[in-house]
Amino acid sequence: MFPASFGYVAARSVDEALELLAKHGEDAKLLAGGHSLIPAMKLRLASPQTLIDIGTVQGLRGVRVDSDALTIGALTVHADIAHSDLVRQRVPALAAAAGVIGDVQVRNRGTIGGSCAHADPAADFPVVLTALNASFVAVSSSGKRTIAVDDFFVDFYTTALGQNEILTEIRVPLPPSDAGTAYHKLANPASGYVVVSSGALVRRDGSGKCIDARVAIGGLGGKPFRPAATEAALRGKSLTPEAIADAAAKAADGSDPDDEIYASADYKRHVATVLTRRALAQASGFKIETSHPQNQR
Amino acid sequence: MNAERAAISLTVNNVRHDATVEPRELLVYFLRDRLGLTGTHVGCDTSQCGACTIHLNGRAVKSCTILAVQANGAEITTIEGLARGDELHPVQEGFRQKHGLQCGYCTPGMIMSSVYLLKTNPNPSAEEIKHALDGNLCRCTGYVNIVESVKWAAERMRGGQKAEGGDVSR
Repeated sequence: MFPASFGYVAARSVDEALELLAKHGEDAKLLAGGHSLIPAMKLRLASPQTLIDIGTVQGLRGVRVDSDALTIGALTVHADIAHSDLVRQRVPALAAAAGVIGDVQVRNRGTIGGSCAHADPAADFPVVLTALNASFVAVSSSGKRTIAVDDFFVDFYTTALGQNEILTEIRVPLPPSDAGTAYHKLANPASGYVVVSSGALVRRDGSGKCIDARVAIGGLGGKPFRPAATEAALRGKSLTPEAIADAAAKAADGSDPDDEIYASADYKRHVATVLTRRALAQASGFKIETSHPQNQR
Repeated sequence: MNAERAAISLTVNNVRHDATVEPRELLVYFLRDRLGLTGTHVGCDTSQCGACTIHLNGRAVKSCTILAVQANGAEITTIEGLARGDELHPVQEGFRQKHGLQCGYCTPGMIMSSVYLLKTNPNPSAEEIKHALDGNLCRCTGYVNIVESVKWAAERMRGGQKAEGGDVSR
């Protein structure tokens, strides 16, 4: 399979990429790792006139700590996030999510910025980044703005990014020392994409009470779903297995997932409660048993 | 430079190539049709089966989902670049010793992924081998012997004497 013909231009800097975007307008697409865009182009689901390759831009790769946040360059590949000691130690849920995307080869090539800008509803990063309350740095010719995750993902394949903007960084607030994070996923066994996944960030005080909980669930709609009832049920409660189970039982309340050939809406809602229970329990410091090997990596 | 064709320069199996490509030309077809390196296979053509796996700048990637223009400046190793003359790479020899192939279609990709695994994990468990080969499909379902082949190769590459044609798999 070949994509339809297109023009190609490699940008050497963000500024050059912005100029090219302005020049080529709506007919142009940014190319990072290409692991969402190239398959779509081969299937002729996307046929941009021009590809502006930003994979050639220096300085958008890597993970660093920037005051109180983990700052991840948009071109950082999934494998480098999954294997980063910094990420594994400080934000284990993010490393866990990065490590269950696709397969080894895909993780060696796909980028966090590309995945987020593509906003596939069955992708892992949007879910875990929602749980972690990340923000997105977008650059345009008129300057730089930061977009909160709850505003960034809008719907199926739709983000708040403008046509004239380039996503350059993802910022993940470093969870405080009293917090735990976890990400659990039921993958489609054929594609590896999310059927349902759940990410959690739980803060607790010295007595084991929940100060705050943030949960995001993938697979229930066009963008990550925040289960307000689950989050509210935990705040101020002692983080016992029973309290976690009670809160997780509400995880799909208010969601309206579609039936798929591989999973009915009811099934997805049920799995959402199970994975949310596991994610909350792990983020609260409990050991989790799961038979799903992808979650053990 | 927004041209119908683009000039690229890349190194494949230690040989430098300069070429002009159409931007939509996929790396796997460049390797196969332009350079004649047909050991890299096109299987599913949708970045799932891994038959097109090569090493690009030292990392295992799927060449059906990379444009040749994106490989400009890259160092690439294909299955043809593993053997030293008549001496097979230990992973190739492992697949031969442990009957790690049936029809052989997936084998180049399996071997490239296995070589990549053993670079960072010289002593993988069966479970780790299976995870590392998650992105490679064998329609003959010969996975058991593929795992045995990788174990054999790992032992050989660690210098294990037991690997000499014998059964070191358990």
